[in-house]
Amino acid sequence: MKNPTRRSALALAAVAALALTGCGSSDPLGGQDTASGSSSATGGTGGSGDALVIGSQQYYSNEIIAELYAQALEAEGYTVERDYQIGQREVYLPEVESGAIDVMPEYGGNLLQYYDAEATATSPEDIQAALTEVLPQGLRPLEPAEATDQDSYNVTRAFAEKHSLTSLADLKNVDEPLKVAANSEFETRPYGPAGLKEAYGVDVTVVPVEDSGGPLTVKALVDGDVQLADIYSADPSIAAEDLVTLEDPENLILPQNVTPIASEAVDEEAAAIIEKVNAKLTPEALIGLNRESVEKEASSEDIAQAWLAGQGLS
Amino acid sequence: MNQLWEAVLWCLDPAHWTGPSGIAARSLEHLGYTLLAVVIAAAIAVPIGWWVGHTGRGRGAAVALSGAARALPTLGVLTLTALLLGIGLAGPMTAFVILAVPSILAAAYAGFEAVDRRVIDAARAQGYTGAQVLWQIEVPLGLPVLVGGLRSAALQVVATATLAAYVGAGGLGRYLFLGLKTQDYAMMLGSSLLVVVLALVLDGVFALAGRAAVPRGVTVARRGVNA
Amino acid sequence: MNWVLDNLPLIADRTWAHLATSLPAILAALVISVPLGWLAHRYRILNGPVLTGAGLMYAIPSLPLFIVLPVLIGTGVRDVVNVVVALTLYGVALLVRSVADGLDGVPPEARGAAVALGYPPLRRFLTVDLPLAGPVILSGLRVVAVSTVSLCTVGAVLGIPSLGLLFTDGFQRGILAEILTGIVLTVVLALALDRLLVVLGRLAMPWTRAEAGA
Repeated sequence: MKNPTRRSALALAAVAALALTGCGSSDPLGGQDTASGSSSATGGTGGSGDALVIGSQQYYSNEIIAELYAQALEAEGYTVERDYQIGQREVYLPEVESGAIDVMPEYGGNLLQYYDAEATATSPEDIQAALTEVLPQGLRPLEPAEATDQDSYNVTRAFAEKHSLTSLADLKNVDEPLKVAANSEFETRPYGPAGLKEAYGVDVTVVPVEDSGGPLTVKALVDGDVQLADIYSADPSIAAEDLVTLEDPENLILPQNVTPIASEAVDEEAAAIIEKVNAKLTPEALIGLNRESVEKEASSEDIAQAWLAGQGLS
Repeated sequence: MNQLWEAVLWCLDPAHWTGPSGIAARSLEHLGYTLLAVVIAAAIAVPIGWWVGHTGRGRGAAVALSGAARALPTLGVLTLTALLLGIGLAGPMTAFVILAVPSILAAAYAGFEAVDRRVIDAARAQGYTGAQVLWQIEVPLGLPVLVGGLRSAALQVVATATLAAYVGAGGLGRYLFLGLKTQDYAMMLGSSLLVVVLALVLDGVFALAGRAAVPRGVTVARRGVNA
Repeated sequence: MNWVLDNLPLIADRTWAHLATSLPAILAALVISVPLGWLAHRYRILNGPVLTGAGLMYAIPSLPLFIVLPVLIGTGVRDVVNVVVALTLYGVALLVRSVADGLDGVPPEARGAAVALGYPPLRRFLTVDLPLAGPVILSGLRVVAVSTVSLCTVGAVLGIPSLGLLFTDGFQRGILAEILTGIVLTVVLALALDRLLVVLGRLAMPWTRAEAGA
């Protein structure tokens, strides 16, 4: 550009660009209302009519659990609306609180820490009791499943044998720098690097991989790019890749039993149906469901259908 | 506006700047990814673009190819290559190079096409060989347009390079995802501001380079014609 | 390709959501860019700020923009409107320059003739300037259409439905076919839209049509 005043124009434009996001927005909005109306209805803004809205996290395993509840409810004549793949806790919990979502599969420990960072409960029973206390008005936790899906520190079998590791406490004896692959929020979670340092005196640095302990995280571990990986305990890859999950004697990581939270729109009968599903959901069952998804690449709908039929629940 | 202010404060906090995962290090990483992607993309696109521009052959294919490349969703390419190649730079770099190629390719041949045919005819009449036409006329005269293409490629990559952190690489995207996943708006917005600043700096550098790329004689001649 | 056959309804859903997000954005970008581009063309003093501002818009990473918008315009984090507005802004950023360039390129003789014939300014703009600038605007619009369809996928990181959800889901489950399907469909959608615009352009552009429409 030949314009000599360009540099000052650039500086101005930097401000303008920011302002543009503020003032340019009202016009398109006005024009979009009708066009986007239909699609934003599924965005969870209106929990409509008699249908129960079932949400799920943006996590395939959570979607399968949600689909289990959905089909079990449908089998008993309930009308169900599905609202799956909603970001993470900070995004969907406000919607659950507002009543836009009626049933949400959750995980006890993390949910408790979301509402009460200082929580001291470590057993599933205590967590459930504490949850009843801290959940906002109108929400209640249903009976948790035996199945858990919690963060866990994993190493390869070879690495475990080389340094004779069985527990997180053994990591103290490893004399090389430790990197752990995990979702980026792991950095700030109570069971993250700071917690590990406090409970076990071990230093780790986080390599963020945003696939929730999925295949890339596992690949990073197997390739030796990292020494540790945060993988959810119900992930079938732990068995498939022969990984060693390090024990956690200090209870740094809270148990994450599958715990549905329900709004007031969920009556006793509906709650009983969901709890009946939960009663059959063992840790092995959850791993099996997840395996169907990642190894056989089956859809949550098909997985749920087959499993419910197998359990005599449909 | 309040959140914007907090984001600015986040950027200005000296405690956030130092260390291996400080703002300074992450910004350098980010800039490094951008430059590397543009250099690789240029190494691929410039020779092809020049060949297309010089021979006039394959223009349709080049247009179609860069159109298709433009349509490739970066997030998709990134997740795919990461799954195939593992964490680290290889996956994101592939995605960024694909992102940068179309602008550079188009600029490389458009720069040649903008050269006045009469100039080339005159050169041929004076006995210039094809190679001489290429190196002494088309390349220098097409340079300003090419620099423009490099500039838009760099701006696109610098804004998109935040996605590298999605698959375990570094850059300013690290703050962005951490802020996103932990609802730390100041960190998330602050890192976005840093990306914008980085883009501004790059834009300025390329503007200067663009001016320097115009051969002296050409500037005078153009002024003469325009006046 | 078993995954594709087993998941056709899901793929159709995602494709539909993708179109419902990107098409309004492309349309809105066009509607906003024409007056803005005209301003930049008509008033030299606005030219620099508008065009540079538009260029810089592109330096703002899409992801934070998707997240910041709800704060600024008061929508929900997951509202599809955020993505539509953000994509519109990016579209405007690209298109405003095409409109200004197109109008700059209108031969002064044509404009002069219209003035001499006593065309009022608005009529002259709609029936002379705009149609003559049409080809340049169309080529800008084609770039906008392609990049909007492609950019739309980023919203998936926030859980906003589009073909991008096939990337995030396939990434977590390690299903390459799912990611590949998302990529191919995005490209097909983008290129189909591009062809459609070319055809529409051919139908609309022979300047006589604009004359009749005015």
